[in-house]
Amino acid sequence: MLALNHVAQSYGAKPVLSDVSFALAPGEIGCLLGPSGCGKTTALRLIAGFEQLSAGEIRIGGEAVATTSTAPAYQLSPEQRRVGLVFQDYALFPHLSVEKNVAFGLHALSATERRLRVAEMLALVGLSHEAHAHPHQLSGGQQQRVALARALAPKPRLLLLDEPFSNLDVELREKLSLEVRDILKHEAITALLVTHDQHEAFAMADIVGVMNHGVIQQWDTPYKLYHQPANRFVADFIGQGVLLPGVVISTHQVEIELGVLEGNVDGDCGEAGGCAQCEQGCPVDVLIRPDDIIHDDASPLLAEVERKAFRGADFLYTLKLPGGGHVLAQVDSHHNHAIGEKIGIRLGIDHVVAFHK
Amino acid sequence: MINAQKALSRFGPRATAIGLALLTLIPVVVVASAMLNPDQAIWDHLWRYVLPELLVNTFWLALGVGVGVTVLGTGLAWLTAACEFPGRAFFAWALLLPLALPAYVTAFVWIGLLDFTGVLPTWLRATWGIGALPIRSRGGVILVMVLALYPYVYLTASTAFQGQGRRLLEAAQTLGVSRWRAFFKIALPMARPGIVAGLSLALMETLADFGTVAVFNYNTFTTAIYKAWFSMFSLPAASQLATILVFFVLALVTLEQLSRNRRSYATSARGSGGAQRIRLRGTAATLATLCAALVFLLAFMVPMVQLLLWASHIVATDLDARYLAFAGHSLLLAALGAALVVSLALALGYAQRLYPTPAMQLTARLATIGYALPGAVLAVGFYVPVAALDNLLIDAWRSWTGQEIGQIFGGTLAVMLLAYCARFLAVGFGPVESGLARITRTMDEAAQVLGSTGLKRLSRVHLPLLRAPLLAAAALAFVDILKELPITLMTRPLGWDTLATRVFEMTAESEWERAAMPAVAICLVGLLPIFLLVKHSDART
Repeated sequence: MLALNHVAQSYGAKPVLSDVSFALAPGEIGCLLGPSGCGKTTALRLIAGFEQLSAGEIRIGGEAVATTSTAPAYQLSPEQRRVGLVFQDYALFPHLSVEKNVAFGLHALSATERRLRVAEMLALVGLSHEAHAHPHQLSGGQQQRVALARALAPKPRLLLLDEPFSNLDVELREKLSLEVRDILKHEAITALLVTHDQHEAFAMADIVGVMNHGVIQQWDTPYKLYHQPANRFVADFIGQGVLLPGVVISTHQVEIELGVLEGNVDGDCGEAGGCAQCEQGCPVDVLIRPDDIIHDDASPLLAEVERKAFRGADFLYTLKLPGGGHVLAQVDSHHNHAIGEKIGIRLGIDHVVAFHK
Repeated sequence: MINAQKALSRFGPRATAIGLALLTLIPVVVVASAMLNPDQAIWDHLWRYVLPELLVNTFWLALGVGVGVTVLGTGLAWLTAACEFPGRAFFAWALLLPLALPAYVTAFVWIGLLDFTGVLPTWLRATWGIGALPIRSRGGVILVMVLALYPYVYLTASTAFQGQGRRLLEAAQTLGVSRWRAFFKIALPMARPGIVAGLSLALMETLADFGTVAVFNYNTFTTAIYKAWFSMFSLPAASQLATILVFFVLALVTLEQLSRNRRSYATSARGSGGAQRIRLRGTAATLATLCAALVFLLAFMVPMVQLLLWASHIVATDLDARYLAFAGHSLLLAALGAALVVSLALALGYAQRLYPTPAMQLTARLATIGYALPGAVLAVGFYVPVAALDNLLIDAWRSWTGQEIGQIFGGTLAVMLLAYCARFLAVGFGPVESGLARITRTMDEAAQVLGSTGLKRLSRVHLPLLRAPLLAAAALAFVDILKELPITLMTRPLGWDTLATRVFEMTAESEWERAAMPAVAICLVGLLPIFLLVKHSDART
């Protein structure tokens, strides 16, 4: 439904996006995730048509809406692209009621059809009783829903959401992101979301592209991003964890301070050529997630509790290993250990993520 | 067709902006060129007999009014914004009402009241044997101007105090600073840019004022320009005096621009509502109420009531067909001028929005600098080139046909409207600019994604959102033109009297009652935008 092929964008000499390619199937929800300034918002604005691309092609529903392969470069204007856009600040029209905001994009319909569509949209987002209110009378969450209803009302081919929940407080953010996902799935809408918040991305999206410096570092499912990060940036940006130095022993064994890790080493190495290139004795960094460390009183391997953070359902311990290295450990909340105490741990890793030093 | 439309919409606003900037610069350049090749004889005369008095008078007037409006405006703003005392809610808006009275009206009412034959002195003489009050003095002018102009500082200082929010003052309190000390340590320094902005506006009005000083026979640059123009018929002398005045004005503009750049003190943090007011008790509360009431009485109530009394004495005998003509002329001028100002301000606003470049910023600043130029200067600055153009045309016509014709542009409404536009464009531009700023770029984009661009977007999103600012701009420009005196006096067509010029002529003859009737009309219309302003600031809080 949406396809970007080798898209590049630059402001003057400064490249903002380079060689960005990805595609979304109909009904799929994608997400561009990255720190601020990584180019994700520019990508969104290119797709909406507010920016001109320097190279590449963007297709929506099979139709090229922007391409540099023709001369002169072709660029369909935003209003002709039939995409919906939910703005970060919602951009609701302050002089129009909720109802009229939602009806704003419904040009072709008769008055009756329009009324029906607006009612349908307001029911969908649960705001039927606020139809006559003005934007400033609504809470942040309600404004968000109006913005969504307004964007969806003209039945866009693609819905774009720019940091849609960043103006809301944390609890509402979680609740609303699930709600919005349900609505999009129910209506079978293809959508692309842009955010810097990993939780939001994972809660909403089927597939996520992690971006940095204008490049998509990895385009994958949330599960794979967490468990099989393609490079150090993704490993660091997604989830928590530490890198421990280790040495490759064979194609399926890496030795670290905690012992020998067994796993499919070569597939997981993000460096050029992968760990298949590794010779025996090649030094690597191994990614250890907090859930890779299992607390086990019976284990002979002891580590000292250096810091702890109680998170309700579990503790996040920072442990000091006998050799001086540190790991994070996620431990059930009833295992309350004091700082300085030595506790038994063992490794629970089924695949190894290692990066060349 | 589409290309032509595109070219027009591309070029239109930008051309308007540059045209407006040039328009405002014409009088400055004309007046300044008088300084480049000064007439030595005139210059000597001015230097020896005229300038010393003008400089001394202007210095004391500016100093007195500056100190007076700062103390009065800031003090009252702090009282109504940060304290609670009986009548506070009323005085908070009532203290703005003197803005409706032109200074020259307040001036003639007080002279009428306190002059030798006035009500109060007559009573004082009869009862206590006290001689006349020295109202026609330097102190008298300063006092009346302070009463008329303090609202400028009051308005900007109130806005500044209200914008500070409670958080900073609370933070000061947690750090062991009392509320009263926090005023001097935090509130006042933070409000300083606002106060300076209000002060420079009040001082510009002081320098530009013609009517008030004329009533008091207190010679300043504006009265000297007027005399050079009408009594000596000396355009060069008028121009040279205007140049010196412009020099002072430019110093003020610089001051105001500097304060503008530092105005970002106000905290816009969400949910940081107004500060908890200090509840005054006992003597302090009584004093606060008395202070506010005294200023309100002297600056608004007494002049207004006296005007109405005078007008009512005479309305039966003096209200005749001539008044319809005065009012008609005033309304026509104000309506035409306001319409022109608003459309030009809108074009300038769009030019700035479409081309947010530093060059365009500068153009907009230049185009709106006319608010600082005194009306007397603008009158001279526009009259000179128009007269030159007329002479050129007359000569050309004579050499071509051998016939004599009169002046073509001079003494027509066109010159007046041009001068009004130059002077009051800023008044209209302010609301339009802030109105446009409230239409965010994402709103434009949202409209575009939903299929509304160009004129459709203008009519569906922009115009509805701009209705209130455009109305405010029109109302402000309308009232300012209605009150305006020197431009009207110096450039009107022969015998073309307006309400303002009628007030001036009757005051010159000490006919207070006959001056009161047109003055009442001006003041009542002047109240309209004040109520608009009050309503607007109520809606904001």
